Amino acid sequence: MAAQINIRVQDKRFGDKQVLSQIALDIAPGEVVSLLGPSGCGKSTLLRIAAGLDTDYRGSLLLDTRPVAEAPLGAVGVVFQEPRLLPWLSVADNVAFASGKAAANVARVAALLDEVGLRDAGPLLPKQLSGGMAQRVAIARALYTQPRVMLLDEPFSAVDAFTRMRLQDLLLNVAAHHGTTLVVVTHDIDEALYLSDRIVVMGAAPGRILADLRIAQARPRDRRDAQLALLRAEILDTLDAAHAL
Amino acid sequence: MNTRVESAATAAWPAAAQNQAAPAANAGARELRLWQIAGLALPLVVFAVLEVVVRADLVPRNLLPAPSEVFQSLWDLADGDLWRHIGASGARVLAGFGIGAALAIVVGAAVGLSRRLEALLEPSFQALRAIPSLAWVPLLLLWLGIDEAPKITLIAIGAFFPVYLNLVSGIHNVDRKLIELSEVYRLGRVEQVRRILLPAALPQLFTGLRSGLSLAWMFMVAAELIAASKGLGYLLTDGRETSRPDLVLVAILVLAILGKFSDALLKRLEDRWLAWRDTLATRA
Repeated sequence: MAAQINIRVQDKRFGDKQVLSQIALDIAPGEVVSLLGPSGCGKSTLLRIAAGLDTDYRGSLLLDTRPVAEAPLGAVGVVFQEPRLLPWLSVADNVAFASGKAAANVARVAALLDEVGLRDAGPLLPKQLSGGMAQRVAIARALYTQPRVMLLDEPFSAVDAFTRMRLQDLLLNVAAHHGTTLVVVTHDIDEALYLSDRIVVMGAAPGRILADLRIAQARPRDRRDAQLALLRAEILDTLDAAHAL
Repeated sequence: MNTRVESAATAAWPAAAQNQAAPAANAGARELRLWQIAGLALPLVVFAVLEVVVRADLVPRNLLPAPSEVFQSLWDLADGDLWRHIGASGARVLAGFGIGAALAIVVGAAVGLSRRLEALLEPSFQALRAIPSLAWVPLLLLWLGIDEAPKITLIAIGAFFPVYLNLVSGIHNVDRKLIELSEVYRLGRVEQVRRILLPAALPQLFTGLRSGLSLAWMFMVAAELIAASKGLGYLLTDGRETSRPDLVLVAILVLAILGKFSDALLKRLEDRWLAWRDTLATRA
């Protein structure tokens, strides 16, 4: 199957500092891929490149075998570490942000809010939401354009551990429902193990791919699974060997 | 057994805490209410004390009239010229503030949004801002005569800078993360301004408008003190020239009321438009 996203980053620098080197990553449609690594390994930078937010690098980025600039608006959805809702818009208007001047697709907004468990939150203002609720709205907003790919930059690192587990399940459910490819940046090994079909382990200075692991376990996964614990050890070994720990 | 005791204890805790906290909060609210009532009563107490002091001839009446006399003068004036003065002053403030604020919004938005325009205009505006606005008065009188034009211009100058400065800094301070969001959605420049920058800068714009309005009242008084045949500033001058402190105090009282009233109008608009803010002042 042809890769849905094809990322090649030979070289990415901030000033004199090389932050990414020789990155080659192909992601298949519907795959859930985690970019895992310590801070400073360039995983967020890589995600920003994939999102088209950073174009100052040597390499190429293809979406469905075509340059990403030619992709239709909204083909890629982005969820940031913080919800980044617009505080002056209601929840429903935030979800429908991509519609701009055009009339919002009210039915789709309602369906998405329902899907993220916020059926009645449409008229609320962001300030009335908890952190977890706001992040759900951000996920609904990213899904509004019916993206083929959703990129998430440490999406659950700012919420408490219990909310995080619920949001991980929610993310997997909506992605499966919409057939969305997920690329999740995380520094949480357990999160990567729970979510991913593939874990791309990255090391720092310069940011590079250390390992590309496939996780075959069926979903829903048990967070206490012994196989996952072994993989966890393997990842730690990989990071350790690269002096990333 | 141990666990049962513990769970019983934890179950009992919140209820007990609530029972204690609720009356305490009520008592706190009641006490605060008393202070609020005292706050409203304070000026009345001051008036009463002044009344006694003046009537006992402890201070000369030609310097400080009794509050009752001031209110009597206010009453008399309200029957005659007071409305003419209020109308004249109010119209000047409205015109001056309207012109100054509108110009400030246009120029401020342009400077805030365009680095080139900022580079071009900022040094001049910084220099102009450094001029104490009252220094313009002689020039305005020379250029524009002593009619309405110099007064309104002076008020407009006074209102311009707070609005301009706040809007520019409001736009400059928009969260970079929201800008990035507009890049994700590939908003064009116009859309970015309309949907992200201006709404995000609105709170600071209102701060500017409110301080601009209070400066507009101030400059109105300054303008009318210098040359006017009607208006509250004229009433102040008239009171001084005819040795009638009660007139001066009436004018001051009316200025206070008008200033507070016009600010309250802006505040209401602000509260309505900016209900989305998550701040100490707007908490639910």
